Amino acid sequence: MIGRGEIAVVGAAESTQIGVVPGMSQIMLHADAALNAMAETGLKPADIDGVACVGPMMPQQIAHYLGITPKWVDGTGVGGCSFMLHLRHAAAAIHAGYCKTVLITHGESGKSRINATPRPPEPESLNGQFEMPYGPFGPPTLFPIPVLRYMKERGVTHEDLATVAVVQREWAGKNPRAMFREPITVEDVLNSRMIAYPFRILQCCLVTDGGGALILTSADRAKDFPTKPVYVLGTGESVETNMVSQMKDFTSSSAFRVAGPTAIEAAGIDRKDVDHMMIYDAFAHLPLYGLEDLGFCKPGEAAGFIREGNTRPGGKLPLNTNGGGLSYTHTGMYGMFALQESVRQMRGTAPAQVPGAKVSVCHGVGGMFSASGTVVFSNQRP
Amino acid sequence: MLAPGRAKPKPTPETKHFWDGCKQGKLLLQRCGDTGKAYFPPRPFSPYTGTRNVSVFEASGRATLHSYVIHHRPVPGFTPPYAIAVVELEEGPRLMTNIVDCEQTPEALQLDMKLEVAFTPMDEEISLPLFRPAKESR
Repeated sequence: MIGRGEIAVVGAAESTQIGVVPGMSQIMLHADAALNAMAETGLKPADIDGVACVGPMMPQQIAHYLGITPKWVDGTGVGGCSFMLHLRHAAAAIHAGYCKTVLITHGESGKSRINATPRPPEPESLNGQFEMPYGPFGPPTLFPIPVLRYMKERGVTHEDLATVAVVQREWAGKNPRAMFREPITVEDVLNSRMIAYPFRILQCCLVTDGGGALILTSADRAKDFPTKPVYVLGTGESVETNMVSQMKDFTSSSAFRVAGPTAIEAAGIDRKDVDHMMIYDAFAHLPLYGLEDLGFCKPGEAAGFIREGNTRPGGKLPLNTNGGGLSYTHTGMYGMFALQESVRQMRGTAPAQVPGAKVSVCHGVGGMFSASGTVVFSNQRP
Repeated sequence: MLAPGRAKPKPTPETKHFWDGCKQGKLLLQRCGDTGKAYFPPRPFSPYTGTRNVSVFEASGRATLHSYVIHHRPVPGFTPPYAIAVVELEEGPRLMTNIVDCEQTPEALQLDMKLEVAFTPMDEEISLPLFRPAKESR
């Protein structure tokens, strides 16, 4: 078994610009972030021997574009949390000796759509036969399908779900790179344009351009790099179904309940030791599911936990401190940006830095509750 | 007949019986030979135990409204606002559908309301299992 803190993140960078980046194609957004991550570590492409990215970009495209000859590749594609899984697989590969230095990249021209490749479900796929005929049109119509059931079972109100967006905007206000920074109120959220009831535009993620890259190596080698190492304490992953209509329980994600606790147990931490948390927020309900399914709140208590200010600046569990997918950026596969913020918090370089934070939990979701990956980071090697 | 423009399902060898059933006004589910539990979507083995000993049976067509969204933007074949719903069949499985003969509002669409299947043709090849409020609750 891989040891706690045996692997470290030594490079972490986003593309130079995020938000609206009409001057870069999708593959260049990958490369731009990768070059930034290599620059801060002092590594050259020839020093990288492992590459991971998620479709539609294939590892061979990135390897060739950057001039890397890898000994290990991973193209795991389970949606926006694929990067959490790449990180987990990369840690195992380094532990196994398959490679020494892994580059994980993301780039998505979600807004400008330069070289972006949409892939609607094929009409003979299960989604094509049993979901698409009923009029879903992208994540805003599918991801929130379970929300009304969750609200009824848990006694959660529209105001509660609006509060999630309000609190995250508060964090975004502290972050110069966030796309939306103006404070908003619950009334603003509830008066914003209806997209797919019960969700309005301010409860749906942004659509942006951007990229991100991570470089991992063994903790023993990490001390040779100029960057402050961020240690991987524990990881977890799982999948459930890519048909949201077939989720077993509309109030809880089975993939969350496997990935999160697996990571926390592997990390050997108590939930009360967690100083900082990221929960991939493609839509406003996801932080509620994440807090409950990862055991930070009992079922039905997450809405109150957020309402009472626990996840706000100064709260006991700072959550989505970059502003999240709702206010910071969301290219389509946001998981990379959640990881970047966890690394910044552990390095002590985040725009909205949590003072003295030592442990960060980064939890991702992919493809409408299809998949999940969780990483526990620390700036202290156990 | 449904308005044109919807995504049209294309049956596979594993799902053909389901779509043939819809065309004949029958909602066909499958049952696991080991556990007796019904399942969906169609496949020639049980997702509960992996056994290939499964049977096809006709479901009652009765369901309840499990959850939904009401989409407010235009999509080919639909007039917004329209609900995209998930119903829970009396036999257990859930499926995505639309609710017809009902206002597409949160007030009219109450979770757990009783529904019944309303097969609606897209064309000569495909009929969709839509649902409407059950007679007793209309």
